[in-house]
Amino acid sequence: MTGSKKGLWLTTALLAPTTLWFLVMLILPLVVVVIFSFGDRAPTGGYAAAFTFDQYANLASRLKAFTNTLTYAPLGTLMTLLVAYPLAYYLAVKVDERWKLLLLVLVIVPFWTSLLIRTYAWIFILGGRGIPSLLAMIGFEDVRLINTSGAVLVGMIYGYLPLMVFPIFVSLEKLDKRLLEASSDLGGSPFRTFIQVTLPLSMPGMVTGCMLVFILLMGEFLIPAFLGGGKIFFIGNALVDLFLQSRNWPFGSALAVTLVIIMLVMVTLYMRLTTGSKTERDQSVM
Amino acid sequence: MRFYSIAVYLFLYVPIGIIILFSFNSGRHASDFQGLSLKWYGKALSNPFVLEALTSSLIIAFSAALLSSIMGTTAALALQRMKGPVKALFDGLIYVSIMIPGIVIGIATLIALVTVFDLMNPLLASLWPEGEKPLRLSLGYASVIAAHTLFTMSLVILLVRARIEGMDRSLIEASQDLYATPAQTFRLITLPQIFPAILAGFLLSFTFSFDDFIISFFVAGPNTTLPIYVFSSIRRGITPEVNAIGTMVLGVSLFLLVAVQLLLRSKNKQKTNIVASNSSGE
Repeated sequence: MTGSKKGLWLTTALLAPTTLWFLVMLILPLVVVVIFSFGDRAPTGGYAAAFTFDQYANLASRLKAFTNTLTYAPLGTLMTLLVAYPLAYYLAVKVDERWKLLLLVLVIVPFWTSLLIRTYAWIFILGGRGIPSLLAMIGFEDVRLINTSGAVLVGMIYGYLPLMVFPIFVSLEKLDKRLLEASSDLGGSPFRTFIQVTLPLSMPGMVTGCMLVFILLMGEFLIPAFLGGGKIFFIGNALVDLFLQSRNWPFGSALAVTLVIIMLVMVTLYMRLTTGSKTERDQSVM
Repeated sequence: MRFYSIAVYLFLYVPIGIIILFSFNSGRHASDFQGLSLKWYGKALSNPFVLEALTSSLIIAFSAALLSSIMGTTAALALQRMKGPVKALFDGLIYVSIMIPGIVIGIATLIALVTVFDLMNPLLASLWPEGEKPLRLSLGYASVIAAHTLFTMSLVILLVRARIEGMDRSLIEASQDLYATPAQTFRLITLPQIFPAILAGFLLSFTFSFDDFIISFFVAGPNTTLPIYVFSSIRRGITPEVNAIGTMVLGVSLFLLVAVQLLLRSKNKQKTNIVASNSSGE
């Protein structure tokens, strides 16, 4: 009796700081954003108390940010998947056991280094003094690479490739190699084996990878800001503008709430698609 | 397929390599390679703004990593003893805090803290003793540390919990059978086994915080962290100094990541040693 009481007291004490953090730094801010999104802009910027749907009605004025985000995020996710899959397959199925861990670590390491610096590297490479100036030396004048949709897509693939490779690798690694042998013993061509056995069995990893990359791309700010010039801007760029430049907090809040709702819908769909594969979720964090 | 993989590795590492290479270039541009020199490092490290930003970044990253490894570990230990709806609620909060985009955390924290500070400051001023300058709450180091800790604490919880779940339970039972107090069992058995995970969590938290731009951009107030400095100098136009700072930033994370890998590897070795010396248990 006293033992379990003591245990409960200990558990509560151990959880208290974390609970406080979640309340003050996660729940409170999110509640404030929702409240502000129904408010008015104060004349000097910031928030004036009100209850109105004006901010949401006004969302259409930032339509371009929505259409850009909802075009580039899925496109970037798809291209990242296409680049990542063969590498994940090679690492999981083809490569020698001795090198597997090292090669996998080499894929993941860039993800844990600064995205800012890695994106900057592409400004350096694609910018006027990078590849274009080298091309000019061999006679191709005025090649423009930066501030194009191609540059934004390359930046997206570059930024999030590791996050896509890892879950696909995990699901391919778990794949029972005897299934592949069985398929070829039954006369299946390598291509058919891939389409009918490997691809469906690696689906959970692909879905997890796409989900992670898609969510991060939806909230992206740096890549379009650096590589898209002023032309290609996402919801993230609109948010920076609204909160730090024009200080229109209520409208910015409505935009942020809408962004989170779109993501929640996506995550719910994802949960439906992968019911019960909790291990996948846990592994995907690294 | 092998050539394809080599190409992807080149794609991942050549841009990083180019930044590192050109940070040692004494010329000004990529097309202007004039031989190796440490000129831009000297320029960067004698710039007081860079030094100030570097100091802020180190203070923030160290504090966030320390707080997260303590709070994350205690929370993981508590959650491991729990079941039911309260645990499910915490699991939900952990996933939300990891998955929610940094930009949303940034703006939400900004407006929540500014609003709370605006309410508190007149109150503090009225309660403050006459004649003294009252404490004024404002955005700064503390708000950045608190916002980073939300994410990194959840990261530590997941790492430490995975370690606890993979732990050899028979050792704890043996310790209890030998009449060790719970405190002794924790200090002598549990803590040494989860320590590599805690340390790995500390280093990953440090890396995350040190590299974060978007959250700091919103909640740093008048302070500048190294990523914010790099962002604004890129906005003003690229200088070769940025390559040197970028290389240093990459160097810090690469160094810490190697440390994490070594820790995780020694963790596996330790585990096999325990299993090997304890063959009757397995």
